[in-house]
Amino acid sequence: MIAILLQLAGLFLFLSLLAVGGANAVVPEMQRVVVDSYHWMSAREFVDLFALSRVAPGPGSLIVALIGQHVGGLAGAAVAVVAMFAPSCLLVHLAARAWQHFRDAPWRDRVERGLAPVAIGLVFASAIALTRGTAEGIAAYGLTGVASVVLTVSEISPLWVLGGGALAGWWLGL
Amino acid sequence: MMIRNARTGAGRLPGWPGSPGYCLVRAVRFLFDGLMHKIAPHPSLSEIVRVFLMIGLQSFGGGMSAWIRREVVARRGWMGEQQFVGGLALAQITPGANGVNLAVFIGTALRGWAGALAALVGMLLAPVAVILVLGAGFVSVRTVPGVESAMAGLGAAAIGLNVANGVRMMRRNVRSATAAAVMVVTAAAIGVAGFKLWMVLIVMLPVSLVLARRA
Repeated sequence: MIAILLQLAGLFLFLSLLAVGGANAVVPEMQRVVVDSYHWMSAREFVDLFALSRVAPGPGSLIVALIGQHVGGLAGAAVAVVAMFAPSCLLVHLAARAWQHFRDAPWRDRVERGLAPVAIGLVFASAIALTRGTAEGIAAYGLTGVASVVLTVSEISPLWVLGGGALAGWWLGL
Repeated sequence: MMIRNARTGAGRLPGWPGSPGYCLVRAVRFLFDGLMHKIAPHPSLSEIVRVFLMIGLQSFGGGMSAWIRREVVARRGWMGEQQFVGGLALAQITPGANGVNLAVFIGTALRGWAGALAALVGMLLAPVAVILVLGAGFVSVRTVPGVESAMAGLGAAAIGLNVANGVRMMRRNVRSATAAAVMVVTAAAIGVAGFKLWMVLIVMLPVSLVLARRA
């Protein structure tokens, strides 16, 4: 048991700092190690866990909680989550603290203004990549378009739009 | 208790709009609001936990940074638009889930390490609980009829949530033609041409910083 917990910790501590852009960047590597190297589950089971992590709220990286639970119960899940989030969050915290330290520096305003177009460009980039990668067909594009417009022009809670999207997807058989 | 909720606007007001009780509570809340912002512009740790708990629970299908901007910047004004977008850039550049990184950035900016921990715990608590319950039930969602269709629809709508968030941030932060060009090139380089994130960052970040310096 201890050996498995250590393996979980080692794997996710390592992947935590490689997951630039989110967990999607390391899911293939995760699958390779979990299925092919450690033989913790079949490829089919891994895909099932992946699908489950998409249905649940929260970041997709919570697939690590499911993997940990699968091989080590509650303790496994706890170890996996802490290992996956601690290194990256510590890094962000230290960077944010350094950033706060220069709160009143005159150059910070310029840097923030320089970062903004890149950050917002990345938001659109991921929207384009996701549209090309997952949604197929006019119906899905239409749903994305309608949701974009509604959420841009109104202050309605996004929850309604997400729920409507799920209903529409189910009804249209996407 | 009623007054404690004044800053978040939560809680129900007594009586109907226009009744004396309603007006009185509104007036007291208004004064208390202003006073609290003078004394303590930063929210308490429990408020941070509560807000991120709600965000974590609602963030289906991705779009976490959109939820965070809505709750933290637009509705509560805990952080300015420009500082938020700076934090978003940091969250995107560093490894880890963008939404979680952004929560840690905001927690740090509001209340230091305790705030970071509060935001992180709030953000992950509900999703972890939900996913473990689903996992313990050995639910193979792929075999439930209709789930894949519904998830595809939800995913398509969640992309729309991200687009809308991008448009809202663009309105306030991209004010020059050069900034707009940087934004479009960044989006196209990754979304259309398929370049890797790090390649685009290495080129676009210095370009954008130099252009912002001139402006």
